[in-house]
Parts: sequence; structure tokens; C-alpha cells
Amino acid sequence: MAIRQLSVFIENKKGKLSDAIKTISEAGINMRAMSIGDSDDFGILRLIVSDTAKAYSLLSEDTIVKVTDVIAVKMNDKEGALYTVLRVLEKAEINVEYTYAFTARELGAYVVFRVNDVAAAEKALSDKGITLMTEDEIKSI
Amino acid sequence: MGNYFQPQIETASRDEIISIQNEKIVKQVKHVYDHVAYYRNLMDEKGVKPEDIKSIDDIKKLPFLSKSDLRDAYPYGLLGTDLKNCVRIHSTSGTTGRRVVAFYTQADVDLWEECCARAIVAAGGNEDDVVQVAYGYGLFTGGAGLHGGSHKVGCLTLPMSSGNTERQIQFMMDLEATILCCTPSYAAYLGESLAEKGYKPSDNKLKAGIFGAEPWTEEMRREIEKSLGIKAFDIYGLTETSGPGVAFECEAQHGMHINEDHFYAEIIDPETGEVLPDGEKGELVFTALDKEAFPLLRYRTRDICVLSREKCSCGRTHVKMSKPMGRSDDMMIIRGVNVFPSQIETVLIKEGYTPNYLIEVDRVNNTDTLDINVELLTGQFSDKVSDIHAKEKSLEAAMRTMLGIGPKIHLVPPKSIARSEGKAVRVIDKRKLHD
Repeated sequence: MAIRQLSVFIENKKGKLSDAIKTISEAGINMRAMSIGDSDDFGILRLIVSDTAKAYSLLSEDTIVKVTDVIAVKMNDKEGALYTVLRVLEKAEINVEYTYAFTARELGAYVVFRVNDVAAAEKALSDKGITLMTEDEIKSI
Repeated sequence: MGNYFQPQIETASRDEIISIQNEKIVKQVKHVYDHVAYYRNLMDEKGVKPEDIKSIDDIKKLPFLSKSDLRDAYPYGLLGTDLKNCVRIHSTSGTTGRRVVAFYTQADVDLWEECCARAIVAAGGNEDDVVQVAYGYGLFTGGAGLHGGSHKVGCLTLPMSSGNTERQIQFMMDLEATILCCTPSYAAYLGESLAEKGYKPSDNKLKAGIFGAEPWTEEMRREIEKSLGIKAFDIYGLTETSGPGVAFECEAQHGMHINEDHFYAEIIDPETGEVLPDGEKGELVFTALDKEAFPLLRYRTRDICVLSREKCSCGRTHVKMSKPMGRSDDMMIIRGVNVFPSQIETVLIKEGYTPNYLIEVDRVNNTDTLDINVELLTGQFSDKVSDIHAKEKSLEAAMRTMLGIGPKIHLVPPKSIARSEGKAVRVIDKRKLHD
């Protein structure tokens, strides 16, 4: 169920982020979700893309790229939907390292979670009837 | 016991060496006094006459020469013979001020090349070897010195010069080079480049490398030895005294034998000029005992090191100098603390980073700042900002322990710090701009 996210080390210098994005777009790869973890010196660009392997090899030519497993949960258009998910993870004592949200035209909103234990998070959420998105689903957006 | 290029002199007894030095110094001082007005004036000022120098022990009476003398006497002021007897010049890079131009007669070139030949043989070289000289050719002494030494030994010499890594690798592999001569930073870079092309260390035919012209550490030696599958030997020299080959490492890889029959070494207290006994750390001073065109007497190298006369397992009897522990030119005084780039390099390798770094020193609100850019390796990367911050903090702590002051570490992607093909630029001191 886990979804592969690319984490890309970006130097905090003019043009470095756009260089990375350009590499992906010129190769005809689509971005499904994106976030940046930033600090004074560097940024970590996190991407979920339509062709993980290809993006990995292209981006690796210029910087360090790492594949990280994350989970993605579709959010019902209901009050407290995110809270419900967070409560489940908290009760299962799973740490959320970072999270970011994304919307897609037909699928609505979904939230990506980077957790310390992917397998435990998957189990805890599905036990509560919360469905996780698969990589295929995300790629078919 | 190893092989020697000139066994008789390289393994001569202490008494024999001293007697050669005694004979040469008396002649050389007279030659210099008669031919070099600049040095004659220094001797006259000090009240020393050539007759006062009766043996090598009397060398203490002579005045020192420093880099500033070389600048003042530029270009011909220290010439020891008529220009018509000179066959070549070499010159320093001029990075720390005015260029130094050194002159050579044919005899000077020959003795220099012989010194380099001794280094090549000490590294295991003989006439069957293929020597890839990837030091710069031209004004820089590195290329010419090892090239000439390689000829003297009878090796097949590949006069590659520096740079053009693709071509270096092609010749190294196709012509099966066995000995590589270049700067240690370029050797490290060649090692990385070979690995990137998918070559294993055992794929090349190299057995040894002779690396010098810039400071490097034991850790860097091990890295290079591993990545190229060779034994790496240090070589020392400076344009002022001829070039590489003034001292070289033997199979013991523990200090460099100084070619004492040509270059007399002293260690002095850099503050007082007092000569220190063997084993004490101080500034290295060289006297060229038989050079004709550029016969520097008591030249202060600015290199800080230690001399040792302990018996060497290789059988050579010439005094050994340690790797320079620092150079006053490289020494940075940051917040009142002496910092050498070599210390920073040592910490980086110990902590598992590459020795590619860039130091930036600046002054902000009247306080010195020290920033070090360090390349992160693929295996060290994390998708979590906090993990990378933790690595920076831990490296900062290790640096603080070593240096006595705390730098700010910036981890950057691999290959984002420019690689050198000659001498590495490691330090940018922005404070100078405000002077």
C-alpha cells in the first residue's frame, strides 16, 4: 500500500529548485504531489511522480535522491476527517514525521503521511476502515 | 631494504654526509658572496664573511632569506650565475603575492631530476614502469620535476599535464600506467571518477602514486590508496629550492628523506630564529648546497615540521622530515585561534565525509565567523530536515573539539564544491576585503 516518494537534496541557491523541476518536466514526468522541507542551507524536495524510477535516475545525476515509503489517505469531505486519521495514528503510537496535502480534480483531497512505521500505520488505519491509496491510484490521477 | 637510484649517496654514513656538506657549504657561501650582491649585503650587515664558514655547523652564522627577500630581489637579484649559463626558469603560482621566479643551469636541472628519480625508485619504480605525470607542466615545477625524474630512471613517461580527466583515465587504462604523479586532491578526484565509470580499484595497473605540492593527511592517503588500489607516497619540494624531490617518502611511508647531499635542512623557532634540536617542531629552513643559478642560503619555507634521524627500515640514511603540520600561509587566525585546513580535513575523514570542503572566514559585527561547506554522501542523506540538521550539529561538535572554536557546517550536495585540477582552493577569507 505504501507509496514511493522521492526526496531530493536541493542546495539553497538560486535556480536549484527550478533545475530539478525542469529535469522532471522535460522528461514528460507528471508530479502528483509535492512539498519542500526547508532550512537555511538546503531544501528537501519531496515528490510523488508518475514515473518514480525514471525521475530517480534523472535527478540523481545532479544531486542526492532517496526513495522513501509514505502513505496517502483520501480525505472524506467531512468535518474532522484529518483529525480521525491522526487520532488513529496517535493511538497506535506511530510518529508522523511530516505530512502534506494535495487535491486532485476527481479524487478530491488526500493527505500524504511520512511515518516512522509504515506497516503499523497501514494496519492501524485499515483496522479502522480507513482506506489508503495505492501507487497505481495516484499515478492514474 | 629497498632499491635506490643512487645507492652510495642514499645510504652513506652520517660522517660521509657531513663531510660532503662541510665541503659544499664552504664553496657555496663563497660562490654566493661573490655572485649575489643581495645576499652579500645581508652577510655584510650581519658581519659574516665567507671565511667564517668553515663547516656546516657554521651555517648558523648566516642570515636567513624569506619570501619577502625573494619578492624584493625579483627577478634577477638572487641570481648566482650569468644568465647565459641558465637554461630554464620555473615560477610559483603567485597566489600569496608576487611570483617567485627561480633559475636553473643544466647542472641544477640534472641534480633536481636526480632527486626526483630517487623518489620514483623509492616508490618502487624502475625502467619497466609507465609513469603518468598529471602534475601541471609549464611554469609549475611539478610536471617538469617528475617528468625529468622519470626519464632519469628510464621509465616510459606519459607527459599528461593536469586536467582533462577523461583523457587521463583513457591513457591510464589503455597504456597501463603503473605510477601516477599528481596533487593528492587530483588523485582523489581520479579515484572518484574511475569509480563513477564503473572501474574497480583492481581494474587499473597502477601500483604507486607520488603525490605532493599541497598539504594532505594520513586519512586522505588511505582514501587514495583504497580508491586507486596503490601505495601512495608523499613528495616535498618548493620552487625556491628547485621543486619536488627535495624530500620524498620511502617504502616505510613514515616521513620524507631529505636529499641532504644537496639540501641542508634546519628547524628554527619561527619567532626567534633560533635553531631547534631534531625532534622539535618548528619552521623548516633549507640551504641549497650546490645549486648554481638560484643558490638560496637559509631559506625560510614557512612550513612547520619536525626532523628525525631515527634509523629508517628502508636503509636510507638521510634525515627525515615529517609531513608539514601547517604552513603559516595557510594558517588562519580565527577568533584568536590558529586553525589549519589540515585539521578540518582530518575531522571530515574521521567522521565519514569526503575531504572536499570549502572554508569561508568572514567578520560579522567584529566577530570572526567560520563556515565550512561539506559535501554530503548519498548514503548520509535523509528525507527529514531534522536528520540532516543533526548531522551538521554533530560535525560542528567534532570540529569544535579539534579546532578549539566552533564552525558553522553547511552540508551541500555531492560535487557542488568545485574540484581542483591543480592546487585546491579550500579557503576564502573575506576578512581581507575589509582591510
